[in-house]
Amino acid sequence: MTANQRDQGAPKAVDTLQIPRHDSAQYRFWRRLLRHKLGMLGLGMLVLLIIAALFAPMVAGADPATMDLRKKDQPPSAEHILGTDGIGRDVWARLIYGARVSLSVGLVAVGIYTSIALVLGSISGYFGGYMDNIIMRFTDIIMCFPTFLLIITVTYVLPPNIFNIMVIIGIFGWPGMTRLIRGQFLSLRSQDFVLAAVAIGVPTRRVIFRHILPNVVGPVVVAATLGLAGAIMTESSLSFLGLGVQQPTPSWGQTLTAAMQLPILENMPWRWLPSAVAIAFAVLSINFFGDALRDAFDPRMNLD
Amino acid sequence: MRTYILRRLAVSIPILLGLTVVTFIFTQLMPGDFVDALIPTTAIANFSPEQLEAMRENYGLNRPPHVRYLIWVRELLRGNLGKSLTSGAPVLDEILERLPATLQLTASSLLFGIIVGVGLGIISAVKQYSWVDQLLTLAGFFWISTPGFVFAIGGIFLLSLKLPLFPTSGIINYGEEATLLTRIHHMILPSVVLGLGSVASFMRYARSSLLDVIRQDYITVARAKGLAEKAILVGHALRNALIPLITIISLDIPFLIGGTVIIEHIFAWPGMGTYSLAAIHSRDYPVIMGVNFTVALVVLMSNLLADLTYAFVDPRIRYE
Repeated sequence: MTANQRDQGAPKAVDTLQIPRHDSAQYRFWRRLLRHKLGMLGLGMLVLLIIAALFAPMVAGADPATMDLRKKDQPPSAEHILGTDGIGRDVWARLIYGARVSLSVGLVAVGIYTSIALVLGSISGYFGGYMDNIIMRFTDIIMCFPTFLLIITVTYVLPPNIFNIMVIIGIFGWPGMTRLIRGQFLSLRSQDFVLAAVAIGVPTRRVIFRHILPNVVGPVVVAATLGLAGAIMTESSLSFLGLGVQQPTPSWGQTLTAAMQLPILENMPWRWLPSAVAIAFAVLSINFFGDALRDAFDPRMNLD
Repeated sequence: MRTYILRRLAVSIPILLGLTVVTFIFTQLMPGDFVDALIPTTAIANFSPEQLEAMRENYGLNRPPHVRYLIWVRELLRGNLGKSLTSGAPVLDEILERLPATLQLTASSLLFGIIVGVGLGIISAVKQYSWVDQLLTLAGFFWISTPGFVFAIGGIFLLSLKLPLFPTSGIINYGEEATLLTRIHHMILPSVVLGLGSVASFMRYARSSLLDVIRQDYITVARAKGLAEKAILVGHALRNALIPLITIISLDIPFLIGGTVIIEHIFAWPGMGTYSLAAIHSRDYPVIMGVNFTVALVVLMSNLLADLTYAFVDPRIRYE
């Protein structure tokens, strides 16, 4: 390690005169976020995906469910820019509509488990005592079961369709987030501004919603963003196994099931490669953005 | 040290009990019971409701849930996880037959993840902000953002079909004597695709942990007394920086085991993953619950082992 590199670890001297006038927390947050190159790249990729999902009928140019057996397994051409699948459906159209499925399953699933985690984590962290003990031990128990295995187990009871998949992914995602929120509550509860609020008789509900929760938003948004990436991966894995989104609704993971047949894998890359790239693209964009959010929320990071 | 081990063991007992309760509740939520499973659907019309009721009575199925739970736990202690509805063989025997293949796959992935991940993490930290560091960070993003099955498909496409380096599936060559070499040859591709996600997370963690330690006073002292950078890194920084990784590694185990389900399916690996998927498709609930319970037990034990190892290598923890 050279002397030059060593210097970068040392805290820089801050010239107080140069601190910009609007140096509010929000201003700093946005500035850090906008300066994060990978984060902005991720945001750009994500915006593309959202546009594709929202305007799928226009972007796709064909119906994702229309079959044409006379034109099955065709390589990319002017008519079908990514070719056709085993029953003559347009691969590009199914890819674009797949973005709808992935994003909506991800958003709803993360919404569900974030809500569960907010309730459990706040109760556990704020009130402590035996409630905390019960909730945390239960969390420990659930965390022993690999989430993916639990999810597959539940598909045994609930028939796989897009709504059930949202719910199933949603009800098993909470343990990690609950621990995070509990930890935040524990450390905030003993801080002076909360003690002061309690001391002057602010009602508990107001202490939680008005004084503590706004401070928990940052870490929760970061965890939820990264969780969205995870939920999209879970959905694609389930659909790949045939336990997720069912035909004719298109899903990226489900399209990849065709690659289990070696002749298709070897000779018809247009049937599986686009979906493989799409999954990586979607998850990567969200992880890039989530990482930027984490850095921007973290006051200890020195990005400026 | 001994009191710590005893205390840590005591903490595991309620969790173990909790695992049995959760597994039992799941079993109860499954549609149908043993009597439904016993009688083929074609023959169900031959039985009167009274007969079915009598059979349930006979098997103790209409006793209150807490009594059934206790019976279930008693049988569990005797190593009885029930019988598979499809094969009729005891679930425990079938699981024990397949567990080694899964553990082999998980262990080799974990080993791959630790060696490559920690190695790259150290390089990344030592060369902080260099192009190597930035490239590795980017690669790490890519590795955690691609699900294992996508890597598996890509790996088979490139390394089995386009370049015939590795077999596409199975644990040994069909009809051939299983030598250690063919086993390892079959294991490389599945363990690498399963382990890439772990590589990324261990790399990231090793990097930030090492960077934290490098800023500590005792490292500055080591530098001030004129130790070579390499000696500081190997003798002083790494030992402390890598201790927290034990926890990260143990947290990764459930994800790896979850990942084996899909990787085993793709590579036709005869382990617990393919077994549980087959059970899901044939709605064989004793098998599903048996697999879930066994896997949870493996996770519980590996967490315990990780905590004990942690206490063993880091003397500070014992004063907790």
